[in-house]
Amino acid sequence: MFGKNEVLETIDMVEKEHLDIRTVTMGISLLPCIRATAEETAAAVYDRVMQKAEKLVPTAEALSREYGIPIVNKRVSVTPVSLLTAAFPEKSILVGKALDRAAHDLGVDFLGGYSALVHKGTAAYEEIFLRTIPQTLAETERLCASVNVGSSRSGVNMDAIRLMGEVVKETARLTADKNGLGCCKLVVFCNAVEDNPFMAGAFHGVGEADTVVNVGVSGPGVVQHALSFVPDADLTDAAEVVKRTAFKITRAGQLIAREAAKRLGARFGIVDLSLAPTSAQGDSVARILEELGLSVVGSHGTTAALAMLNDAVKKGGVMASSRVGGLSGAFIPVSEDIGMIEAAEAGQISIEKLEAMTAVCSVGLDMIAIPGDTPASTISAMIADEAAIGMVNNKTTAVRVIPVPGKTVGDAVEFGGLLGRAPIMPVHGGDASKFIGRGGLIPAPIHSFKN
Amino acid sequence: MRAVVTVTGTDRRGIIAKVSALLYERNVNIEDISQTILGGQFAMIMMVEAAENDEDFIALAAALEELGKSIGMSVRVQHAEIFDAMHNV
Repeated sequence: MFGKNEVLETIDMVEKEHLDIRTVTMGISLLPCIRATAEETAAAVYDRVMQKAEKLVPTAEALSREYGIPIVNKRVSVTPVSLLTAAFPEKSILVGKALDRAAHDLGVDFLGGYSALVHKGTAAYEEIFLRTIPQTLAETERLCASVNVGSSRSGVNMDAIRLMGEVVKETARLTADKNGLGCCKLVVFCNAVEDNPFMAGAFHGVGEADTVVNVGVSGPGVVQHALSFVPDADLTDAAEVVKRTAFKITRAGQLIAREAAKRLGARFGIVDLSLAPTSAQGDSVARILEELGLSVVGSHGTTAALAMLNDAVKKGGVMASSRVGGLSGAFIPVSEDIGMIEAAEAGQISIEKLEAMTAVCSVGLDMIAIPGDTPASTISAMIADEAAIGMVNNKTTAVRVIPVPGKTVGDAVEFGGLLGRAPIMPVHGGDASKFIGRGGLIPAPIHSFKN
Repeated sequence: MRAVVTVTGTDRRGIIAKVSALLYERNVNIEDISQTILGGQFAMIMMVEAAENDEDFIALAAALEELGKSIGMSVRVQHAEIFDAMHNV
């Protein structure tokens, strides 16, 4: 049973502290859709997504009303498209467009899985596929792309990273009229996970069941509020507060995930324990770090505070859910978190500090606007740094940067909606083109050989 | 199903009467009522037994929300399961 204080606490979490289910994401295997031609495959893909996810949006809306917890996004992730189009990679855009049409017709805001897994090597058909990404993102609206370029087990594919620097630049160029918006829908991963419910990096791994429901919870505001009651607690006690709060948030996610899976005739996959911010006031991960005693996020101490936060969220969340997975860490997207936006605008946080923070949390250099004239090799080098952090630390890392065409440091850019706004951040001016030009594979670290 | 009706806002006359009348009309049984004043804000919590049918439940939620608007308060109904899940190990 529960008391009236607990009822009111839950209601305050939703109404005053932005507790919500950030996303209910249905993962759908599209392997049964491979046909002899791109046109037939695209038709089969559209039909299968429409059939499997037909009830996703109405079901999520009903759950939201019945349990009194907002479900912000309804999304779909699918088998990496490069696997479906291996026989006709140059026509992959047809499948991408069919998926985009399905997302539109279903009423989901994003559909992820225009993806390739090239962490140990790039096949010829995969290289062609990667080169289709810019045009596909420019000609679709809701489709998201991701590429896995490294893993702790196999090392880092520097040939793929070299190519992805160019792909990011080209994507920005083809969506220049929208400030490089295409790059907001493109993530380059190391150690990508197969059950991530969050965009833009979600895809449905080949090791997954046919149809799965994964849920991502949110609630940075709830954690910040709970910490505001213990302003003088030491960090051990503060970590306990975060753990208890994460437990409650995750339990809400677990309940919604199980019920959604049951009603949709899918398997309950995982609850992702990430704290996902938005650009609204009171929904910021940066503010939690400041609540812990930093005058501004980005100052010395930020990495330590984030490490403590991330660990406490996991410990509370693991206890609350029967299956956890996905990215499970605190997100620090610059444009999507009001505290991060303000710190970046004030010049208080640098890309170098953000990179250090990614060593102790997920997910990487996320939603960072950089000057439009940044060379492709510099973007590749940023990806390589993040991939190295992920590979050596056995964790997921990623890069989602936007080289905004025609803009430079001092300018700002507005992407709209959940994607938020960002000042253009300076990148290091040194030249990495010789290093990136070498290509090859950075070997996996010795501690990856655990067999 | 077990559900929880909550009413929050500035205290005024007739709140219990209006909410319980609506519940009676919709065949919802009230099992427990408690109320409290928190920082000048009135909060009433009712444990109820509501229809199993999802459509009826959503209709009830909409009717309560509408009633809340007409009396200038927030009125909600939620599955009791959500509170059990969040506050019990």
